[in-house]
Amino acid sequence: MSQVAASVAADVSTQAPGTGEAFNVSDLIMHHITNANEIEIPFTHYAIPLPRIHIAGLDLSITKHVVMMWVACAILFGLARLAVRRANDPVPTGWRNGFEMLIKYLRDEIVRKTIGHDGDKYLSYLLTCFFFIWTCNMLGLVPSMSTPTSNIAVTATLAIVAFVVIQLAGMIKFGVGGHLKNIVPGGMPRWIYPIMIPVEVLGLFTKPFALCIRLFANMTAGHVVILGLISLIFILKSAWVATVSVPFALFIFVLELLVCFIQAFIFTTLVSTFIGMSVHPSH
Amino acid sequence: MDPRGLAFLGAGLGAGLALIGAGMGIGRLAASAMDGIARQPQSAGTIQTAMLIAAGLIEGVALFALVICFLLSAK
Repeated sequence: MSQVAASVAADVSTQAPGTGEAFNVSDLIMHHITNANEIEIPFTHYAIPLPRIHIAGLDLSITKHVVMMWVACAILFGLARLAVRRANDPVPTGWRNGFEMLIKYLRDEIVRKTIGHDGDKYLSYLLTCFFFIWTCNMLGLVPSMSTPTSNIAVTATLAIVAFVVIQLAGMIKFGVGGHLKNIVPGGMPRWIYPIMIPVEVLGLFTKPFALCIRLFANMTAGHVVILGLISLIFILKSAWVATVSVPFALFIFVLELLVCFIQAFIFTTLVSTFIGMSVHPSH
Repeated sequence: MDPRGLAFLGAGLGAGLALIGAGMGIGRLAASAMDGIARQPQSAGTIQTAMLIAAGLIEGVALFALVICFLLSAK
């Protein structure tokens, strides 16, 4: 078994002719997926090192994914500025029209249906979730940039913020004790409570955890598939593989565009549903 | 048997089996969505939205399994 594993590893890191360095698939994929402390300039081998900041033992250095999140913020800020130009026109046109379509859909179909009539309080947070996650996901598809949301720290932070908002929503409306009582659905026979209470409390934590893992795994898996398909050309060391590999990789790429939107939409819909469950518990 | 080889084997088998489940689940989901749209074409928009949400959730479960397989193969 160990000989099989060794020969598989040797096959994977084949020699690329003319360059003198071995082509290692897993190294390439890891390099593109994981975070780094420098930004590469495309089409060269130079990289700009980024400042490493350590405060009180915590590693708060500026890494590639942090810079990508700033780029996402800048893009969203610019698009929002475009969207509110001529905001007093009665008929929306251009960017404003597009944004208004999306925002109206989210507000009417998702937020108001799940949280109810007082859903507008949470609208700014939920819209931020949606547009930020969508932009971060799409950034990974641009050739020289990487996806911030393929970093589990980023998705874990988004999930923790969602958890805090969900609990605060319940606690503001019902008080701390009232919210804790609402976690377990009412109207059940008394003997079921010792089973239901641990299950529901565990459910409080697994739901944001699932949000985190779903977003992280979707983003990472898509990029790994695209990189793996293109690397197939180099592993098999034949240019003819490109006739199959590149169209298939293109198909997966277009699917990734759809997946970026769907994952942002699902994150927002689920956070909205959980807030609705906190604010309107079943009695 | 080399434990590293067994880890890779486990990762591969686990990913394959998990994705069989996901494929079957999303296939059934798509079939019922098609039935619903065929019966009532005017609710196609609502059904499509619900279908996408359910597909995303099922895929999330499948990707849980994939993450565990990645962890196994990175050992």
